[in-house]
Amino acid sequence: MSTQPTPPGTAAPEPALEVRGVTKRFGALDVLRGIDLVLHQGEVLGLVGDNGAGKSTLVKILCGFHQQDEGQVMVGGKRVRFNSVGAARAHGIETVYQDLALIPQLPVYMNLFLGHELTRLGPLRFLDRRKMRDLSRKYLDDINVHVPSIEAEAAQLSGGQRQAIAVARAVRAANKILLLDEPLAAMGARESRLIIDLVKDLAASGRISIIVIDHNYAHLFELCDRINVLQGGRITIDQQVHETSLQQLTELMVSSFRQQLEGVPSAGA
Amino acid sequence: MGLRVLRLFLYQRELTPIVITIGLFAYFTVRAGSNFTDQLSLSSAAGYAGPIGAIAVGEVLLLMLAEIDLSAGQVFLFAPWVEYWMHNAGLPIVLSILVALAVCGGVGAVNGLITVRLNVPSFVTTLAMNFILYGLVLIYSSMAQASPIPLSDGSGFSSKLMGTWIWSEIGWVLGITIFGAVLLTRTRFGTRIIATGGNLIGAAEAGIPVRRVKVWSFVLCSFLAGLVGIVDAVKYGSLDPGNFGVDFILYAVGACVIGGTALTGGRGTVIGAFIGAILIGVLEDGLTLIGVSTNDFYVWVGVVIIFAMAMNVQFDRIIARSRGT
Repeated sequence: MSTQPTPPGTAAPEPALEVRGVTKRFGALDVLRGIDLVLHQGEVLGLVGDNGAGKSTLVKILCGFHQQDEGQVMVGGKRVRFNSVGAARAHGIETVYQDLALIPQLPVYMNLFLGHELTRLGPLRFLDRRKMRDLSRKYLDDINVHVPSIEAEAAQLSGGQRQAIAVARAVRAANKILLLDEPLAAMGARESRLIIDLVKDLAASGRISIIVIDHNYAHLFELCDRINVLQGGRITIDQQVHETSLQQLTELMVSSFRQQLEGVPSAGA
Repeated sequence: MGLRVLRLFLYQRELTPIVITIGLFAYFTVRAGSNFTDQLSLSSAAGYAGPIGAIAVGEVLLLMLAEIDLSAGQVFLFAPWVEYWMHNAGLPIVLSILVALAVCGGVGAVNGLITVRLNVPSFVTTLAMNFILYGLVLIYSSMAQASPIPLSDGSGFSSKLMGTWIWSEIGWVLGITIFGAVLLTRTRFGTRIIATGGNLIGAAEAGIPVRRVKVWSFVLCSFLAGLVGIVDAVKYGSLDPGNFGVDFILYAVGACVIGGTALTGGRGTVIGAFIGAILIGVLEDGLTLIGVSTNDFYVWVGVVIIFAMAMNVQFDRIIARSRGT
């Protein structure tokens, strides 16, 4: 995509995604205070942090749902600014949201193509339902996701099935970057395994770079190449998974949390 | 077998009002005989149903978005006034109609933009717009009736097409019903309406331009109401500045509900709304013919609306509870 010639001496490819000094404020609340983050090509990056640390806000900036106040986002070395989800999608970025973003009244196959509906030529953009049905059936079979029927409305699916459809939608459409905001939250063991394998396959293909938010460290250690910790609106820890253990990471997080507390002047009481 | 029938009624919401309408039709035919089935009676039923249906088609799209347009009835009355003024100002008929339709579309755009940009609930935006349009008609008509309307005193094809043929108004309504139904069930825009109404945040997260979908739906609702409003005026041949559009809106929302549209968003049918309008028309015409007073008509319309809404809500609950079969 980049038309600029690579400067001599820089053999390393551009990161898939780079975030520099991104801030976001909602009213009086400083949610992100300067995020610096790099996602390398083909890498799976885990993002952890307490509730309210700003993980979902960061994801929603990267996917174009929110816009940052300050700072830069670069995709493949090129500076971008997404004013809409559609703009991020045009750069090959797909997202699984915490709330899944499914439409209860639409059948499974329409949810799978939501925002990417296949249409026939013409100004009215008639839906090509048959093609969407066929592709949905085949795709869900391929990735071993089982639903009662692709005609069933999303409202009729179980929590785990809904989540699987939401993940399947993003995985199918992503061609550069996949953002997963707690993709395993409501899932049983079998369904979690399914999604983990799906993401691992995708990562192994090397064409997609992935950011995963999850609270389950066992999942993260299995899935990720690297883990970043988000605390107080900043990335405080950046660890390669093969160089650390769960215990080490936890200790790092606790000491970083202590530092933060000590760094802050005692507030009143 | 029984289950299959239940499923059919669950997902084909139009079936219930069709059955009721056929029942009413049979009842009035038995009670009033050929008085009910002759052309004059049926065309007057269609005359009641026409304005209601025209407004209900656009209103369904908005109700599915969990929005409402209370000004569409006034737009229906306003459009022919604009056409009349433009024609008096020297514009040819076709051009004055086009200007009137553009103005209606513009009213819808204003409704939509105020609703999505200023976050004013559409109930309030369009209620205000209703009064504004009513006031504009009173001001610029100097509270005098207007007659004749362009085309209303002609006998050529264009006059017949635009309203003087007794079936032309209901024909237009049937046309826009088919257009609305195709739009809603077969096009990407229709899917976007269902998605936006069914899960606003989710739709936005999935990249659907939810505000644009809403604004265009307001535009469409006003445009369709204005279009049939012009035909309606040609049909009657005169304009009355004192008419108040909210009456139409109440019937139109009633027709949508009778047709199977819930007001919670995400679920609705355009064809159902048309059938709801026909049901109201048949009821009004039939009751008049068998000598029941208008007062009874209101009671019956109320009963039918409550019955239909209770069914809609129960049907939705059954669907939500059934785990994929």
